Amino acid sequence: MQFMKKFLSSAWQALFGDPVRAFGVVSLGLLLALAIAPAKEHFSQWHGYQRRYLTLIRDRGDAVSLRRRFVPGIHQIWLPDLGVVDRCTTCHLGLNEASLSDVSQQPFRKHPAIPHTLDGFGCVICHGGQGAATTVAEAHHSERAGEEPILPPRYIESGCGQCHQNALPGTPQLNLGRTMLTRYGCVHCHAITLPDGSKVVATDHPPSLAHIADKTTREWIYSWLKDPQAFAASTTMPNYKLSDADASDISAYLVSASTPQAGDAAAAGVQSVAHADPSAGPSLYGESFCSSCHAVQNAAGNLVGGDVGPELTRIGNKVRPQWLTAWLENPRIYDATTPMPHYRFTAQQIVTLAGYLQGKSDSDYGASVHLDTADGRQIAHGRKLIVELGCAACHEINGVQKPENFAPELSTIGSKPLAQIVFLPGMEHTMSSYIVAKIREPRAFGASVKMPQFALTASQTDALTTALLALTNRSRTMPDKLRVAAIPETNYQPAGHAGKLIDELACFSCHRFNGRGGDMAPDLSWEGSAVERQWLTDFLHNPNTLRPSLIRRMPRFNLSESDNKELTDYILTVYQSPSIDPELAPTAANSPEIVEHGRQLFYSKYACQACHIIDTKTDKGYIGPTLTQVGSRLTAAWVYAWLRNPQALRPGTTEPNQNLSDDDARALTAFLMSLKGPAGRGAKQ
Amino acid sequence: MMKRFAARITFRSSAWVALLALATLAGCKQNAPPVPGLKATAAGTAIVESSGGHQVGVTGTALSDPLVVQVNDDQGTAVPGALVEFHGPAGVSFDPAAMITDSSGQATTSVTLGSIAGRYQLSAVTPGKSRPVTLDIVATALGYQQRLGSILADKHCNRCHDPESSPQRVSNYDNLEVKPHPFTEGNTLNKMSDADLTSIILHGGPALNRSALMPSYGNTLSAADVRALIAYTRAVADPPYQPAGTVYARK
Repeated sequence: MQFMKKFLSSAWQALFGDPVRAFGVVSLGLLLALAIAPAKEHFSQWHGYQRRYLTLIRDRGDAVSLRRRFVPGIHQIWLPDLGVVDRCTTCHLGLNEASLSDVSQQPFRKHPAIPHTLDGFGCVICHGGQGAATTVAEAHHSERAGEEPILPPRYIESGCGQCHQNALPGTPQLNLGRTMLTRYGCVHCHAITLPDGSKVVATDHPPSLAHIADKTTREWIYSWLKDPQAFAASTTMPNYKLSDADASDISAYLVSASTPQAGDAAAAGVQSVAHADPSAGPSLYGESFCSSCHAVQNAAGNLVGGDVGPELTRIGNKVRPQWLTAWLENPRIYDATTPMPHYRFTAQQIVTLAGYLQGKSDSDYGASVHLDTADGRQIAHGRKLIVELGCAACHEINGVQKPENFAPELSTIGSKPLAQIVFLPGMEHTMSSYIVAKIREPRAFGASVKMPQFALTASQTDALTTALLALTNRSRTMPDKLRVAAIPETNYQPAGHAGKLIDELACFSCHRFNGRGGDMAPDLSWEGSAVERQWLTDFLHNPNTLRPSLIRRMPRFNLSESDNKELTDYILTVYQSPSIDPELAPTAANSPEIVEHGRQLFYSKYACQACHIIDTKTDKGYIGPTLTQVGSRLTAAWVYAWLRNPQALRPGTTEPNQNLSDDDARALTAFLMSLKGPAGRGAKQ
Repeated sequence: MMKRFAARITFRSSAWVALLALATLAGCKQNAPPVPGLKATAAGTAIVESSGGHQVGVTGTALSDPLVVQVNDDQGTAVPGALVEFHGPAGVSFDPAAMITDSSGQATTSVTLGSIAGRYQLSAVTPGKSRPVTLDIVATALGYQQRLGSILADKHCNRCHDPESSPQRVSNYDNLEVKPHPFTEGNTLNKMSDADLTSIILHGGPALNRSALMPSYGNTLSAADVRALIAYTRAVADPPYQPAGTVYARK
């Protein structure tokens, strides 16, 4: 201690003993203190990056212009409307420099081309992270309460989804995720309200279980509940990982609560048909284009067919024969809102098709299932489980109310504070990894979690995560002018007897009319302006394919003469385009010269034969419809209007708008209208 | 007191030396067997690609098909039990990154590309009998613009420009008298400038004295769409497209 005291007092004497020396020492101290701020800036991380940037551009050919555009110091993009304060460009200096696209060294690379400017939207809107931070760690990785580490690039499309509620062509992953939210029935349990106040509505069609005992057996229900994917690999029904006893009790309740449906006993006419021709089954299945909607697993294990209706690989294991014949006769009796058309099959056809479908079975499936008759206690337990698991959120079940808000609302899941989330041990603390883990294996978060196990591929999980991450607080608080709304489906309903026919034939399942319906087949909103009466009548009687390259085709319905006329009349009168004036179109009285001129335009100037076939011997193009008899199919007014601007009549059609002059369009129309089909083929040569 | 201080210093330096030695040892240990737990029972002399090369994916996502390579011996027969390691530039990840070939001599891994668009040079390495054997594999990651181009190409172009047919899309390539150039055909497309490509897309084949079978898309596609399409063709060109870049006179 003595030594220290001595040392200190001698030091004091040496520094401040003399007033002049003391003044010098104090000045020096002040000077040092003043240097702290500049030094701190000089040694800061971002300053280092700016120095490295200058070194990088020094040796480049365009160093002078790059140097001129470089602004030293902290940069900031401030967008109060969006709540953006981004200083990322302080270090990411080359984002707007087109010539730096060959630089692979971050943070100096040029930003890839996107439709938005940096100054208009900033960085964190898409990338996440802390925009206001000025150190690498805090900007990119911080996990403090209320902060979110930077978004992994695979979910970057979620940024687009905050403003764009519509389906963008450049964001397939986001679009898939949004479709899955509705198709996999997520929104049956989890409510999602979009920023514009509308609710996301499910598009799947979970069957009603009110009359399930008419349709299938308790044993099948049991096997299905145990593992839905074992019966149909493509089903959207998740696996609830039920114990044997639980599955047995639920099946017992469903069967005991099921009420018989009048009409499920097979119709009398069908029973009178003795036997079906086994070879007629597959061809009837093919002719009826069942595969447009239903998939079947082929020998190689691949699913072949559409996904509108359920997979039929093992349908024989599931349905009762009487139910199947009744269903094929008129599906709307069992399920009034089914997307399946009422085919109007003859009794013979029903027996043939039912026999064929019954044969699609797997003798091993459910072979070992033997259930004892359930007692009252087990049935009551089954009901309790149904209520607990929320089965009625999707399915109509007798005696169980549809639960409201069964699962947590997901409207702002993308902005949920990380502090409120219980992560699993060893899990990355980010929102995206939490959502992925939750979708991939919900029960890993605890045995009491009710969310079932979905059978999704990794890319489907990523798509779903992208769609969920787009549901942020910012998407709700941003100015309305930035929001791009989705175009909601209309609730258009055609009127009268024809409207009833359109419903029964389930035209909406494939075709779109006035903003409602599927996208498997052409939009028919303006079909009345397009087609000739005779062709439409014939087509409804016996549809043939228009395009050689298409797989899916219109099924053949056994429409009666009067129903056919009713439907034809309705389509021709109601589905008229206001933009097509039949008077304006070139009349049929075209001189042979104009027709010949049109032919030349078709074959040389516009080379339409690249995609269309006119002469089946020489033309081969098969992208567009075959035009061998287009003159008897389409009206001249439609052909003319179509040639002038195809996208105006059918947005998104692949036929390019070639900006035809009026004369060229008229000549081509004259030529096309001269092609009347087999009878008129002589006109060509 | 000084003594104590000195003692502390010496202790510290000795600790540092020990630490350094440990770190070196650990480093050496890491270098010895590349992946602990994988024991190669055989070694091949060649490594070939079975499938999954030349894939086009999207930045930051996994390639749609796994990468499969096969280890062969001198006679060209498959070698089961050989070690295969996968390497790639920063940002690329493999699952798994190293493995032992299966009974058919094949090693399968799923590849996740980095977040920067462009061509990725990947490699599969097997230790071999005397020296390591390497197989180079190329994968391409598309950024936003290039992928938009690939989506537009699927809708408007590939029906004719892509000779490959699939059940979902039957190719029209064989039906055309004058064959279109597939977008991967770098030998032809790399020689065309962006302006030429824009011109032929906007105004059709006759704009460059080519076939009228290529229609004009100027009224169908937007300028941004055309830029995206060109960016896509540049990204998938094989051999790779080398842009001339901006050339400035220096000093």
